[in-house]
Formats: sequence, C-alpha cells, structure tokens
Amino acid sequence: MKPFPYAHVLVPAVFCAFAAATVAGAVIAAGSRRVIRGVCGLAMCCVGLAGLFYFLQSPFLALMEILIYVGAICVTIIFVVMLAEPEEAASSRARSRAWTGAALAVSVAAFAGLSWLGTSLPAPRSLAAGGDGSVKAIGVSLLTTYSMAFELISVLLLVAIIGALVLTRSGRDRP
Amino acid sequence: MNDPRICDRPEVYLLLAAFVFAAGLYGLLRRRTLIGMLIAGELIFSAAALNVMTFNRFYAPKPAEGQVFVLFLMGLAAAEVCIALSIVIAVYRNYRSIQPQDIDELKG
Repeated sequence: MKPFPYAHVLVPAVFCAFAAATVAGAVIAAGSRRVIRGVCGLAMCCVGLAGLFYFLQSPFLALMEILIYVGAICVTIIFVVMLAEPEEAASSRARSRAWTGAALAVSVAAFAGLSWLGTSLPAPRSLAAGGDGSVKAIGVSLLTTYSMAFELISVLLLVAIIGALVLTRSGRDRP
Repeated sequence: MNDPRICDRPEVYLLLAAFVFAAGLYGLLRRRTLIGMLIAGELIFSAAALNVMTFNRFYAPKPAEGQVFVLFLMGLAAAEVCIALSIVIAVYRNYRSIQPQDIDELKG
C-alpha cells in the first residue's frame, strides 16, 4: 500500500499543532485576567489534548475529551459565568504582585521537577504490545473487569445530579 | 536519538503534561475568583489524564486499561464540575459575589 504523500512531514506538523494548542490553551486558561477568556483557553487546551490522545492511539478518548470537556464542562462554566458575573477585583496591587511571583515560583519548580522525572525515564521496551485499544476492547473490559467501577461511577453521577439540584434549589424564593 | 519520530517519544507527552499541570497550579494559586480556580483544577485533571495515557501507551502491556481509567477520570471531573458550579451559584445567591475573600463568615 502506498503511504499518504508527505506523511513524514504532515504527521509531525499536525502533532506540533496539537501540542502548541495545548500549551497556548493552558497559558491562556491560567494567565488571563477575565474569566471568559480562561474558559476559552480551557476549551482550546482540551482540543489540543484530544489530538494528543489521538496520537496516543486512543481515538475513542479523543472523541470523549471533546464531547465531555468542550461540549459539557466548558459550556456549563460559560453558563455560570453569565449567571454570576465574576469580575476580578482590582484591589491590593502590591500584595497581588508578590503573590503572583510566589505562584510563578511554585509552578516553575513543579514543572522543573516533573520534567526532570519525565526525561530521566528508561526508553520504552516495545511499542506494539499485545491487545488492541479498540472500542470493542474498551467495552468488553468496562462490562467484565471493571463492571463494579462502572456501576459506582454511574451512581456517583446520579448523586452529583441530585446534589446539584438540591444545592441550587435552596434560596430560590428569595429575591 | 532522533530515530523515533516526535510523536512516538514518551518524553514529549510527559513534558506537555508537566507544563499543563504547572499552568494549572499557577492558575489555582493566582486566580481570585472561584470559577477561575475551578478552571485551573480542570487543567490539573487533564494533565493527570494525559500522564496516565502516556504511561499506558509506552510502558504498560494492555492498551484498553488506561483508556478505561481515563474515562473514569473524565466522569469524576464532570461530577466535580457539576457540584462545584452549583456551590458557586448558591454562594452567589447568598453573598452577591464569588470572590473568595468575601466569603469569610466561618473565619474565626
């Protein structure tokens, strides 16, 4: 079978585009001053992560990432932003600058430590090990090996729905 | 060193996951609104999911297990966001503000 033309250039280019989307989305989500831009950064970061999941040979997870994170979580956060108008207070500038420096130092230290750990790993032995990561294999293991966890997480989601209803219902008749 | 392509090397994914985690940590410490802190928490969740998938792809023998794990992680994140956002709405109803420094009634 003939490979796709320019595949040896196109595949790394697409990978780098997804990696750049992840990094830029994370920076926007963490550093922007307005909350709505942070939500958009989170959506961009999740699209990039979906591409990375595709490159990790799990296209089902890529679809689920877009469906759950971009389609459900970001939209829900945008609804709450519209309901609750969260503006950042422009007070206590001096203390805020020191606090930002401390936060930057902590996160840079965490990044340095984690990247040192990640780059000092041994090389992977074999890429194509046994079994396939297809949707059929996922479904079989969800319904056989992990059926208990599957049921537990459905109960957890039910509890979360009921809890959200109860929490937002109280105090509704107040002006 | 350059023999495997860039998308077949685990260090690249691990570095990306570390960067997303660090960005989430920075946002969690710096943000002044509850929703901003929630967004940063979601970044940390995503970094954990990417890390799990990387180790599953390159170092674990069974590909389906890591995907199941990440699916459970996404379900947990969805439940957490649902509860946290309803708490944010309840707080906004009571205080007319969601700045964390305004919510200090339990302070001793």
